[in-house]
Amino acid sequence: MTDTLTTATTHAARDHARAQAGTVTDGMPTVPASAWPTAPGGRSSAMTWAETVPGGRYTSKVLARGTRLRLRDLDGSACAHLLLFRADATHERLNVADTVKVPWQAYPGAGHPLLSDQGRVLATVVADTSGHHDALCGTTHVAGNTAKYGAGEVHSSSPAGRALFTVAAAKHDLAPRDLPPSLSFFHGVRVAGDGTLTSIGTAGAGAYVDLLTHLPLIVLIANTAHPLDPAPTFATTTLEVTAWRAPTDLDALLDRTDHDPEYHRAVLNTEDARGAAEHGTEN
Amino acid sequence: MTTVVATPALVPGTVVLDETVGRRGPWSTVVAAGDVLTVVDLDGNQAVDTLVYDAHDTSSRYSAAATVAAQENLFLTTGSVLRDADGTALMTLVADEVGNHDTVGGACSQESNTLRYGHHTKHQHACVENFLVEGARWGLGKRDLVSNINFFMNVPVEADGTLGIVDGRSAPGRRLALRADRDVLVLVSNCPQINNPCNGFDPTPVRMIVTRPESR
Repeated sequence: MTDTLTTATTHAARDHARAQAGTVTDGMPTVPASAWPTAPGGRSSAMTWAETVPGGRYTSKVLARGTRLRLRDLDGSACAHLLLFRADATHERLNVADTVKVPWQAYPGAGHPLLSDQGRVLATVVADTSGHHDALCGTTHVAGNTAKYGAGEVHSSSPAGRALFTVAAAKHDLAPRDLPPSLSFFHGVRVAGDGTLTSIGTAGAGAYVDLLTHLPLIVLIANTAHPLDPAPTFATTTLEVTAWRAPTDLDALLDRTDHDPEYHRAVLNTEDARGAAEHGTEN
Repeated sequence: MTTVVATPALVPGTVVLDETVGRRGPWSTVVAAGDVLTVVDLDGNQAVDTLVYDAHDTSSRYSAAATVAAQENLFLTTGSVLRDADGTALMTLVADEVGNHDTVGGACSQESNTLRYGHHTKHQHACVENFLVEGARWGLGKRDLVSNINFFMNVPVEADGTLGIVDGRSAPGRRLALRADRDVLVLVSNCPQINNPCNGFDPTPVRMIVTRPESR
């Protein structure tokens, strides 16, 4: 950018504005996503989402069924809080209670279904190099972050997850009433026999988790410190979000015959609802 | 003439409500700030699925996540503060004769029952049905339902993360008491589940008593 640009006139202001594009930061979307330099398998045309989300920020997207969504903790202190809604029926959304109760497992990892309140699979965790996740503590709120870091509003330097989700949801015409407890990835919590909840921190830089979507979804992601993060200062680092069309991955997952019975019935329910609502050829 | 009878309210005071919730049914009431709700597990090991809302603004409601994160413990017992998603107190557990209560299991539903037990359970009555029926009386709908408390239900978590509803720790007559920290709407499903031990495979009635402590 040249320092000779002024903003005293409309034409000069326009030139000044236009000269800003092309700046590269470590927290921004890549549009089109096909321009992402490291598409899996080199299949650039399959990419549908590529974005880096700074600590204390949020993002959202509508993703088609059969999309593989990868969340990566680039620098070792990201925490991806997640909410999912069916894009074609937003009243159906992630239910964390069923998500841990139905598969008899409190700690999400590879193979874990993310279930809706209607007995269907919204997405399945299909890869996980972290193992440090949490389905129990939800996200942070303004009062908590204010007590811990001095501020929690969206415009502050330590935004709370609830505040970030409120804005993200509003962009899909969803209100705070529509925000149930969320899941979080990359900052684990473990439960002791007496119920004590303890942070086990992150798995370090580079860890990733892959979700495969079973239905069209609104995905809300807030990247902000976990409620039990022991660090006294807010130091959430960048989250990388990529997604690509992966219908054959979904086909392969649905064709497997070694699923737990609860998961199998959740898949049956999902396919049943989808099949009933869609026109198609009988086969 | 007034007949004085011993009431099983855990916190003494003027009785402002004393009702029995029938087996398998819904129930709700508004508890005024400072009043205390005693829940009596009349026949033992009866899961009482419970949601709490600010009576004047139901968008402020119980958050299991905010509640357990604040106390850094998954179970509810004496001293536990039931918080909304912004961390503000709704009710406080002031007495408990059982020892712990579940925050993770949520409500049974016709839909989740098909996953957990098979499609033959689709038409068995379930807690979400109760919540929807009773919530509608207060203008609440599906979007207002979130992960609820299960009083008298026992859900341990093993070291490897395995969790599940196991035999309860309650017994006939065991009680707990919740003080309202503001005017709250308490929405209850007296759990009708018959496929796991949360009700001892036999749903039974519970008793709800609201007292107003003398000191108020």
